[in-house]
Amino acid sequence: MMKKIAFRINRYDPESNEGSHFEKFYLDVSEQKLGELTVLDALRELKEERDGSLTFRHTCGHGSCGSCAMLINEKNRLACKTHVVDLEVDEGSFVEISPLPGFPVIKDLVVDDERFFDHDSQIMPFISGKNTVDDLEEERQTPGELDRIMEATECINCGACTSSCPTYWDNEDYLGPAALVRAFRWLEDSRNVDRNSRIGILDDEKDGVWGCNKVFNCVEACPKGIDTVAIIEELKRSVITA
Amino acid sequence: MKKHEHDLVIVGGGAAGLRAAVAAREFVDDVAIISKVNVLRSHSVTAQGGIAASLGNTEAGKDDSWRVHFKDTVRGGDGLVDHDACEVLTRGAPEAVLELNNMGVPFSRTKDGRLDQRPFGGHRLPRSLYAADRTGHGIAYALYGENVRLGVNIYDEYFLLDLLTSEETVEGVTAYDIRSGEVVGFSAKSVILATGGCTQAFEYTSSGAASTGDGLAIALRNGIPVEDMEFIQFHPTGLAGSGILISEAARGEGGYLLNDDGERFMKRYNPDMMELSPRDQVVRAMQHEINRGKGIDGGNHLHLDLTHLSQRTLWEKLPTISQIAKDYANVDPSETPIPVQPTAHYCMGGIPVTLDGRVKLHEEGKNWDNLFAAGEAACLSVHGANRLGTNSLLEAVLFGKRVGKAAAKAARRGERGQVGGDDLAEKDDMLGSLLASDGSGRVGALRCQLQETMSSRCGVFRSGEELEQAAAEIQDIKREFEENLHLDDKGRTFNTELRSALELKNMLEFASAIVNGGYERTESRGSHYRLDFPEKDDGEWAVHTFIKKGQGGNYRLSYRPVRTGESG
Ligand SMILES: Cc1cc2nc3c(=O)[nH]c(=O)nc-3n(C[C@H](O)[C@H](O)[C@H](O)COP(=O)(O)OP(=O)(O)OC[C@H]3O[C@@H](n4cnc5c(N)ncnc54)[C@H](O)[C@@H]3O)c2cc1C
Ligand code: SF4
Ligand code: FES
Repeated sequence: MMKKIAFRINRYDPESNEGSHFEKFYLDVSEQKLGELTVLDALRELKEERDGSLTFRHTCGHGSCGSCAMLINEKNRLACKTHVVDLEVDEGSFVEISPLPGFPVIKDLVVDDERFFDHDSQIMPFISGKNTVDDLEEERQTPGELDRIMEATECINCGACTSSCPTYWDNEDYLGPAALVRAFRWLEDSRNVDRNSRIGILDDEKDGVWGCNKVFNCVEACPKGIDTVAIIEELKRSVITA
Repeated sequence: MKKHEHDLVIVGGGAAGLRAAVAAREFVDDVAIISKVNVLRSHSVTAQGGIAASLGNTEAGKDDSWRVHFKDTVRGGDGLVDHDACEVLTRGAPEAVLELNNMGVPFSRTKDGRLDQRPFGGHRLPRSLYAADRTGHGIAYALYGENVRLGVNIYDEYFLLDLLTSEETVEGVTAYDIRSGEVVGFSAKSVILATGGCTQAFEYTSSGAASTGDGLAIALRNGIPVEDMEFIQFHPTGLAGSGILISEAARGEGGYLLNDDGERFMKRYNPDMMELSPRDQVVRAMQHEINRGKGIDGGNHLHLDLTHLSQRTLWEKLPTISQIAKDYANVDPSETPIPVQPTAHYCMGGIPVTLDGRVKLHEEGKNWDNLFAAGEAACLSVHGANRLGTNSLLEAVLFGKRVGKAAAKAARRGERGQVGGDDLAEKDDMLGSLLASDGSGRVGALRCQLQETMSSRCGVFRSGEELEQAAAEIQDIKREFEENLHLDDKGRTFNTELRSALELKNMLEFASAIVNGGYERTESRGSHYRLDFPEKDDGEWAVHTFIKKGQGGNYRLSYRPVRTGESG
């Protein structure tokens, strides 16, 4: 038994004058294959067999590299971790795919992530204030100290959270949940020495931790199940007590 | 057309490229990385299991030393490990991982806060440091942070097209900016190729979409040899169907391999080491079981059984693979065994280099002044004919550092190369004519043909006849590519179809070298197993294969002996 799956994909090519628009594609999938089909599989098949100009990013194919976040049926998700069956599309409905909101679009589903990574650099994503190269004592870290940052270390910089944040939509200088999660990860690493420079950057009414209004979109968006808001709240505490 | 100038240009921002940049910054200010995917999407980020070093931090591993690590690596490499390189690797390992600890890698810990270590295949003692099963992610992110701290210039989404050389020096590289489609020249005082692995040329593979061996192909086209390419490692436990990796850590933590009878068949192949035997042995045993009809339901996969492990082990030590089994095989590993099959995983061969990463010129004993290679793209022969798990992240960071230093020193001495307008115009024409391709062969279809050829005829078991067939099929695909390619996307902006076409062209280049090397090697050793020559032949074949592209485009093979010595 074959099943016809319908897709509506947001297309945009800056070199054409057509502007942003939706295009429909149909894919015949066997009942048996359907259970395993991810949105990324479908996109790759459409690209390779129908329209080679359909454009999206992907690398690892299994939710580890953070390349393939996009808006799928109104939710930010990783295409490679989203199974078509789980979207419960039936007769007459579509799998609708658009680029991540809140980011400038380069082409089709590919967004410009320059500012996003710029924010990541601003929060100093490294051990700060320590000679990391010459001192070769084995620095210990208790399992408890590791636990404190563990959840935040799982971030793959996919952008799903920041893209879902209304504060970020209004103020693109706001660091956004991803950079704040990453800031917590480095600030609270027991091996980090210099806390003040980073706290100086985070302690900002509009662009830093205080920009977070707890809308919770980001928590729902994170494909890694990271409780972004809880981490930002914790980070606020670190900033206050600094 | 745009030109950039830097002291040192590193192509590739995986573990090797990122580590090289950090080391280089001690000696030169102006370091750049070019990467065809954002560096944080590099394949290294997905490495799961761990990184080896003989710290001896656990009770079971307390007697470990670099010598034992050395011996294990040499033994795993089945007669092709160069001892001097392996000594550098194993002696330097503790320092290399302590540096990573300083840089903030979230390594898993023992109760008293030391770096924990777990067993891995082919290593006799628990020696693998790990960050849950996200070790590569932890390492790459920490190295990336150091790059940010040190102000390394990172050009994300730039695709390497060619090297610019004159005589025996490299002047720079040409690349194209994927975002704009524009050809860009980078002139440099020295260049490192750290472009990673090549196993995307196979149908079932655990590697990410970017592991297309671009550096190897570009080396071949520039008359630079590649070494030991016939040695492709197949990993025992790819998820059936997709090839996604289920880390060896699953067996390190106690997982079993079962055939259709529910038998732990490894006891018939290597009763001492069982599931943790070297990978080549496990893979052949699996393929054997599958071929004799003992695959699950007679099919071509087996079971990896983790149902006897505790929930804690599954979700604390193996969270990623537990999730992968759920997401991509719909299996809860605490209740049901995971369906697995061998998957193309790692390339032991690569661009031949000295211990400082200098690329070797045609004959033994002469090297390029300022061209270097590191990581999976390079061949130091530390892995010989079969790599032990956790040794390649180690190679990438340890030699990444050495090579970064050497290349930076060379850059301090050297002159900046010249990048001419003609060079750029020529590349621009090449892209233009690729874009104009208007035949009927689609990139994806041609790539699938290549992958099927490589997996079915140049896989775990090989034979002269099959390899000859593979060579002929690759020739056909090359012809189709040259004469009948079709691209839908004619634009310059973020043209990923163009990128895939360039990658396919590169894969066709080195695939021929893999098949050629395998055809000539009439013996079985490490990952290379010939059904028509099933014995190892040390008299004739304890040598490294060099393959170079000659004038007329055909491949020339030569051999050099293995360097053994007093080490260990
Ligand atoms: C699934 C999996 C798990 C693994 N787990 C482990 C493990 O636990 N332990 C271990 O020791 N090893 C492991 N390995 C092997 C190890 O991950 C790799 O050998 C290692 O990461 C290679 O690092 P690298 O820096 O050489 O290359 P990569 O990380 O592959 O990086 C290559 C870089 O080159 C760039 N590049 C490539 N071509 C071009 C081009 N044309 N233009 C511009 N840039 C280019 C890419 O963008 C990328 O930045 C694993 C391998 C796989 C497949
Ligand atoms: S916190 Fe989650 S959603 Fe946000 S970037 Fe990291 S992994 Fe993606
Ligand atoms: S492709 Fe890597 S996360 Fe989806």
